[in-house]
Amino acid sequence: MQIHIDLGKCCGYGNCVLAAPDVFALDDVSNLAVALVTEPDEALRPAIDRAIDECPTEAITTVA
Amino acid sequence: MAPRQVVVVGAGPGGLRTVEQLRKKGYDGALTVVGDEPHAPYDRPALSKQVLLGKAEPTALALRGAEQLAALGADFRLGRRAVSLDVPEARLELDDGDTLRFDALVLATGCGARRLQIGAGLAGVHYLRSLDDAVAVRAALATARRIVVVGGGFIGCEVAAAARALGLEVTLVEAAAAPLAPILGGRVGELVTQLHVERGVTVRSGTGVAGIDGGTRVESVRLSDGSEVAADVVVLGVGTQPSTDWLAGSGLTLDNGVLCDRHCSAGTGVFAVGDVARWYNPLFDEVMRIEHWTNAAEQAAVVAANVQAYLAGGAGAPLADYAPVPYFWSDQYDTRIQFAGRTRAGDDVHLLPPAGDGRERVALYGREERLVGALAMNSPRSLLRYRQAIGARASWDSTLDELAGVGA
Repeated sequence: MQIHIDLGKCCGYGNCVLAAPDVFALDDVSNLAVALVTEPDEALRPAIDRAIDECPTEAITTVA
Repeated sequence: MAPRQVVVVGAGPGGLRTVEQLRKKGYDGALTVVGDEPHAPYDRPALSKQVLLGKAEPTALALRGAEQLAALGADFRLGRRAVSLDVPEARLELDDGDTLRFDALVLATGCGARRLQIGAGLAGVHYLRSLDDAVAVRAALATARRIVVVGGGFIGCEVAAAARALGLEVTLVEAAAAPLAPILGGRVGELVTQLHVERGVTVRSGTGVAGIDGGTRVESVRLSDGSEVAADVVVLGVGTQPSTDWLAGSGLTLDNGVLCDRHCSAGTGVFAVGDVARWYNPLFDEVMRIEHWTNAAEQAAVVAANVQAYLAGGAGAPLADYAPVPYFWSDQYDTRIQFAGRTRAGDDVHLLPPAGDGRERVALYGREERLVGALAMNSPRSLLRYRQAIGARASWDSTLDELAGVGA
């Protein structure tokens, strides 16, 4: 699984950081979301799904 | 057994997300969505921001493409209004006379703009709630020179900011001591006032509106202090009303929204989601109604799970609590205002010193020894930190001690 964040859509609300703190953070400079791991472990899938669901701008997608 | 039928009344983000979550959780029965606007679900927060600025075309606001909607296998009845509900008989009636039977019902009708008698019927007087409203306001701003915005809530502040960015002369009228002060407290209200004044908005706080005058078109707004402000356009942002009129006589408890328990259930097999739902939030030990996007999305996931549990287990089925830290944002000029938690008059407010280049501001709210709210301007990472702390029931004293410890 690979995580893709569309930075054109991301507005830095940080919902993903709360849903999956091991996977997402807000960048110090841009304040937009960054993925902390490029190919996260399957065990993180439920948290990542929550992050996808809770993103107000629907900027996060995963590729199998 | 007859196929299951879930009916969702309301086609905003709360209704749409509920439908999506139901399918995602494996619900394969029938789904009907009733929406009173002719449009497919769209992105409402953008109406008072990007749409007014001309940065987003109204047609680009759809939350889902036609294919994505079709893939949900739901019967979307758009431009249709539900007119009555019979809970014991488990059916509702639509304005075209059609009757829908349901096994579970989700109420997601949202809110409408509260309307005033004053200004009614005058051209140039607008409200802003729906996509059609936003298109009308945008067209009005394109030819206007002077606008009076009545109401310094989020809608009013955002309209003022957009109108200023478009080069209009803007007067923002707020009955309370400052814009957003009733929601965020007086000290933050002062910061918000400053934000608008710096950009050239005339902020008239502490005064109400006595009348809106003109022949067929608006010409001026009369304030309660006796002064008069000339206007080509007036936008009234004076609050909202939950859309529950049609539920009168349904047997559901209507009290500033559809009253629900901690599971967002309003009655047997009946749930509510989004702006219209007033439910008991155990995290704050408070019955609340939240008119913000994030809540609609989060609540929909819990409601969908509870609908599923109810369909599987009947009236006694164990249901999930909905206990979120409420969260919302507002974009005004290039300032992002974010708030997490709950605040009300009488809370302790601790305003941190400005950070960054002075544009980063954080205020914390405490009540009964607990951190209950956090406000951030241009400081999303601070907000995240405090939002987590609020969810973890952090104590007010330890939050302040920690700040003192790091020399803030």
